[in-house]
Amino acid sequence: MKKVAIIDYGMGNLDSVARAIEECRGEPVITSKAEDLKLANYIILPGVGAFGDGMRNIRELGLERTIKEEVLQNDIPFLGICLGMQLLASRGYEDGDTTGLDLISGEVIRFEPDGPGVKVPHIGWNEVVFERPHLLFRDMPSGKDFYFAHSYHFVCKNREDILSLTPYCGNFVSAVNRKNVSGVQFHPEKSLQLGLKLLGNFLSL
Amino acid sequence: MIKIRVIPTLLYKDFTLVKGVQFDSWRRVGSLLQAIKVYRLREVDELIFLDISATQEGRSPDFGLVDDFADECFMPLTVGGGVRRVEDVKTLLRCGADKVAINSAAFEEADLIREAARRFGSQCIVVSIDVKRSTNGKHEVFTHSGTKLTGKEPCPFAKEVEKQGAGEILLTSIDRDGTMEGYDSELTQSVADAVSIPVIASGGAGSYDHMLEVLVKGKASAVAAASIYHFTQMTPLEAKHFLREKGIQVRI
Repeated sequence: MKKVAIIDYGMGNLDSVARAIEECRGEPVITSKAEDLKLANYIILPGVGAFGDGMRNIRELGLERTIKEEVLQNDIPFLGICLGMQLLASRGYEDGDTTGLDLISGEVIRFEPDGPGVKVPHIGWNEVVFERPHLLFRDMPSGKDFYFAHSYHFVCKNREDILSLTPYCGNFVSAVNRKNVSGVQFHPEKSLQLGLKLLGNFLSL
Repeated sequence: MIKIRVIPTLLYKDFTLVKGVQFDSWRRVGSLLQAIKVYRLREVDELIFLDISATQEGRSPDFGLVDDFADECFMPLTVGGGVRRVEDVKTLLRCGADKVAINSAAFEEADLIREAARRFGSQCIVVSIDVKRSTNGKHEVFTHSGTKLTGKEPCPFAKEVEKQGAGEILLTSIDRDGTMEGYDSELTQSVADAVSIPVIASGGAGSYDHMLEVLVKGKASAVAAASIYHFTQMTPLEAKHFLREKGIQVRI
């Protein structure tokens, strides 16, 4: 059985992610303990909420070091979802100016509406257009709709870290990847069959 | 491009799915869990669950129930009814809600929206605004399942909650609710123009044309409906095929 640690840092929709992992035949463990992260075959950082609070909670739980060890030294496949993807960045500007996990170089900034009637937050289904092939997207067509709910977005420093783009307020980065670290701005656990497919792909990395 | 959303609304009392007319004359229309399973199979864009009796009965949301049915939802879920405290929001999100709808407490708990939006992000705070037209034709905001007049008009109130951090507005016309005579597009347009957050139109859907009208003329970002799915053969998927033919961006 594939043990999947879902990091509980007080930020949101853990149950949905755990249910989706079960549906993909993984064994979810919702946890805020470093020991559990060390025992896991996969780590997911979910999250809903503000960047500042999120990083503060991760640091207060003493998890930053363990996450980095597991990811950088032990090469554990890691997936950030929504806020969890944003926290991979070097800095975020929601709720102040906060240093992120800095696993993927970049910054997280607020959407600027690029025309009249453009709504922020970006809530709803929108296309995920692949920028480069990756096993996370195995057997999935490019340009399909996934569910988003966010006001901030990731700006990558390095183009090669961009996995997909989504057309809103220009094109924003909707998935990132560097080695064993991936992040998706959308919610695969809430994107029905296609979302479950992506999580299943993650569990075969 | 972002798609408009076609959202079934599930109103419930205990474990029973109900539907009324103008927030009254409730009748049972089936089992909650059964409906959820069908909608999951049909891959709907999103679901809205509203516990219509929580506030009236002065109780908290039934977290256990939400936890159970959220397990069946691999689609976005908005949950409302009886949300009074920041802790309620937190618990609902933990149970699997993606967004929490606040109605009566938006008036009674001064800092609820601001604090919940700060802690969990605006994207998960939906303010549900119920509107009735008074005898002189003016739109007025009601709370407590349409029983309590607030003395506020929808547009200034929508702007106020947006400023406090609401991420979306679920706008329901009480007059049209359950009538299947069409959405109040004029009301929807006035609110959609007043705020820069998405507006979900609700109340009155009786045909796919009604949906088209409130999306185009009313500038809604999403259309919620209940009776049309409970009492007719029409489905969210068919609605989307219709809308796509009319040039609206939908997820099929």
